Amino acid sequence: MEISAEVIIFYLVALVIIGSGCVVAFSRNIVHSAFSLLGTFGGVAALYVFLGADFVAAVQILIYVGGILVLILFAVMLTHRISDVQITNRTVGRIPGLIAVAVFLGILLKAINETNWAKVKEVAYAPTTAKIGDLFLGDYLLPFQIAAVVLLVALIGAITLSRKEIKE
Amino acid sequence: MTELIDFLSNVGLKHYLIVAAILFSLGIYIVLTRRNAISILLGVELILNSAGLNYVAFSRFSSGNVDGQIYTIFIIMLAAAEAAIGLAIVLAIYQIFHTIDVEAAETLKD
Repeated sequence: MEISAEVIIFYLVALVIIGSGCVVAFSRNIVHSAFSLLGTFGGVAALYVFLGADFVAAVQILIYVGGILVLILFAVMLTHRISDVQITNRTVGRIPGLIAVAVFLGILLKAINETNWAKVKEVAYAPTTAKIGDLFLGDYLLPFQIAAVVLLVALIGAITLSRKEIKE
Repeated sequence: MTELIDFLSNVGLKHYLIVAAILFSLGIYIVLTRRNAISILLGVELILNSAGLNYVAFSRFSSGNVDGQIYTIFIIMLAAAEAAIGLAIVLAIYQIFHTIDVEAAETLKD
């Protein structure tokens, strides 16, 4: 039996996602954790491409890799004595946490395996950007506007929280 | 055995759900065990990513329309707002306590 290239690439991408996720979770150095988040975000964007979601993949790269990751790296650099590995990435309760998460993951995998998920007939790959734009300005107009207000509030809140207080 | 090979070579909805479930569990593990505020934010980002992956996978395999992708875009947008606010709070904590260990910031108890 032959295995198509698509399947091999899917497993490689999944390996990258889970591998760099493990580095984020288990690394002793927070700089390594923050940088390996790049692999996770990029891999998830690749899976979006696999799923035919071209616009979402582009948004994922633009906002996560270009925005959030850079922001997190800035925060790491601003708040840490980088050389002090001992205190940068402390963990407590590793064993109980690992057991709880393993049980939880087992339940999730069992549920995924035993549910009969709804199936659609195989759809062709088509550009989605126009459809998403129509929905944003049609059915989802109110959530779209509320999202804009949330972003504005977050912007003002972040400025207010991080500025220096000037006392007369 | 052939069943397993058959399952592994036909990538479908379940494979994406399993990847997302593993990512979600890693995020939960980080949030539970880390005591560094920025690490906890990294864990929350992993959880949000896995939720978005689930939405897009269902939109392709189960519903066939793009509504799921719209929810993913909303998740990404909220993640951006969350990261901005969260990191601003972390910086404010660092200026007051000179550490970002979450166990140090417990003055609200007193």
